[in-house]
Amino acid sequence: MSQSAAVDGAGISSSIASSVEKTYLEQYNYDIVKKFALMAIFWGIAGMSAGTYIASELAWPFLNFDIAQITFGRLRPLHTSGVIFGFGGNALFATSYYIVQRTCQTPLWGGKLADFTFWGWNIAITIAGIGYLFGITQGREYAEPEWYVDLMITVVWVVYFVIYTMTLLKRNQPHIYVANWFFMSFILAVALLHIFNNLAVPVSFFGVKSYSLFSGAQDAMTQWWYGHNAVGFFLTAAFLGMMYYFVPKQAGRPVYSYRLSIIHFWALSFMYMWVGTHHLHWTAIPDWTSTLAATFSIMLLMPSWGGMINGIMTLSGAWDKLRSDPVMMFLITSLSFYGMSTFEGPMMSLKSVNALSHYTDWTVGHVHSGALGWVAMVTFGSFYHMIPKIWNTTIYSLKLVYIHFFLTTIGILLYITALWVSGIGQGLMLRAFDEYGNLAYSFIETVVFMHGPLVARAIAGMFIVTGMFFMTYNIWMTIAKRNTVTDEATSAAKA
Amino acid sequence: MMKHESIETNAALLIVLTLAAISIGGLVEIVPLFYIEGTVEDVKNEDGKDAVRPYTPLEQLGRDVYTREGCYTCHSQMIRPFRDEALRYGHYSLAAESQYDHPFQWGSKRTGPDLARVGGKYSSAWHTKHLMAPRSVVPESIMPNYPWLMDKLDITNVQGKMKALKAVGVPYSLSKIEFDANVEKFGEDVAKKLDINAAEVNIEAQSKLGNFDGDPDNLTEMDALVAYLQILGTMIDFSKHDEAEFVKFR
Repeated sequence: MSQSAAVDGAGISSSIASSVEKTYLEQYNYDIVKKFALMAIFWGIAGMSAGTYIASELAWPFLNFDIAQITFGRLRPLHTSGVIFGFGGNALFATSYYIVQRTCQTPLWGGKLADFTFWGWNIAITIAGIGYLFGITQGREYAEPEWYVDLMITVVWVVYFVIYTMTLLKRNQPHIYVANWFFMSFILAVALLHIFNNLAVPVSFFGVKSYSLFSGAQDAMTQWWYGHNAVGFFLTAAFLGMMYYFVPKQAGRPVYSYRLSIIHFWALSFMYMWVGTHHLHWTAIPDWTSTLAATFSIMLLMPSWGGMINGIMTLSGAWDKLRSDPVMMFLITSLSFYGMSTFEGPMMSLKSVNALSHYTDWTVGHVHSGALGWVAMVTFGSFYHMIPKIWNTTIYSLKLVYIHFFLTTIGILLYITALWVSGIGQGLMLRAFDEYGNLAYSFIETVVFMHGPLVARAIAGMFIVTGMFFMTYNIWMTIAKRNTVTDEATSAAKA
Repeated sequence: MMKHESIETNAALLIVLTLAAISIGGLVEIVPLFYIEGTVEDVKNEDGKDAVRPYTPLEQLGRDVYTREGCYTCHSQMIRPFRDEALRYGHYSLAAESQYDHPFQWGSKRTGPDLARVGGKYSSAWHTKHLMAPRSVVPESIMPNYPWLMDKLDITNVQGKMKALKAVGVPYSLSKIEFDANVEKFGEDVAKKLDINAAEVNIEAQSKLGNFDGDPDNLTEMDALVAYLQILGTMIDFSKHDEAEFVKFR
């Protein structure tokens, strides 16, 4: 029974009459999905280009050009906010609004309110992003927006929660499909994290500057509770929601195990919130919090792999699609990277490994194997499935999807390999002693060592951005093709 | 036994149970830190006064520049208790040392070296030269140049900033009672520097005395930033403390 519920929830399978599909096309709010999807692509290009640029600044520092607005320190938050909140956030709004309508078989609740979340979210990120260039920042990683942007985000998020919940409540399906559990968990957790980590006192009502409510050790704990769960819920739980809809749809198979999805959903939601402190190993926080975080980080491997297995095994019986369907290749590769980085993460949370990896590029590489390998790839796969659907057409060119896939894959592999070399190398050099027990290397010698890998990493970024341009062109042509067809149909009707 | 079906057919129940699941971790790990004594060490000087003091207004404005430029994206301020870090940077960082840091700037990445104890390691002239053009003193450096730090320091709202910091718990003083409490806690010399009413006077005096940017006639952002860098990690004199005193807090 339950298994079949999950299958039903995965949407109306293609075998069901396309006339049904047509009625839904008319009543679902696809307009909002389209807007968010296109903005996601825009932010993807902006954020990833910024990332490639700052990566190049590290390889060739003259690129800072003595211009305050584009120095590494100010541009880096533009990159992180651009890709996490711009690209990731818009992609999640788009897919969650799409999925909740289709799996609940009901139009989105709230009408124009959804447009409010679109404008509110994108204006907030734009204001924050321009502010960074002029040095307006809270100085908290991944929570750089100042207090007034934080307030805007809070309002948008509450509206998002209300729209989502109301849509769930008026569903025409007895069951809430698993993708929606993950989206709901994401919405709730991000609200909690955002509010508590951004508690601050503004200097004045008309000024941009504020000071965080907490200081020192407590501030660090709050920040990394936020920081890691931005990864856990924004970049994991929510994208698992995306995965749970688009993988079964693209495979044309039901989710592998309903039971596994229940277990790993609750385990993931519960455990992630404990692990943030592994970003603070060996620092001036009490040791017990650090140990607790490491313990939960290791346990987290299980629910993480639960999700990966459930996704990949969904393909059982349709493995041939890995040869023939580039969209499926994106989705399954994303799950493989998800599995890899959720193995690497717990390993790096061991105190002994962390002693080496912390403060080095290994961490940066790890983040990108998750953010590019998992988050970006699952988004690309989902978009290649969803965008033709919402514009009621087919993809312009599968060949271009292949090219995008290989550019991205090569880029990511080069990226993480380069930063393994850079990070592990620097870590080993910094702790090396000579035969007399003195430090073997000065700090600057490690900087010299990192030049090669940092050049490779910048090139890796160029691969990924180039891939984004292929995607943009392909999607542009897909939409254009659809418009031509419609125009022809209209003119034919007129004639 | 409750079937999972009852959760997935009831949105309200799903929301409540999810909220419960995600709340526990933070409650267990964060809330105690505000109540457990010893999370932040109480470090005293020989005269019984607090070793770690809030930043002077000039240092705090320098810290604001540090945050503004995103220095934390490449420099940490948290030395870990390892032999190589002790040799390279000095004594491992104590929680007490960042107790007045709003926000904390421990950082997560060392593209450049740790700065938790950079104070006093280099001359102010070196810092100024280095910030203006890092490769003029460290040829292999990949740090950007910061020539705009020679711009005039904006001190118009320094009292407002100190008041905001006071609101979040930094013991800057406004009234006589608060001033006297600071004399008791930090000694008279320090207490005077923490007086919000005298902020501008104190900035003037400290920048004249320190001459951080080598240009005594102009008060620049460089003055503030270097004043901040020069105080980092210097407040506790570790030669006066027994190691066992801090180990018990770990």
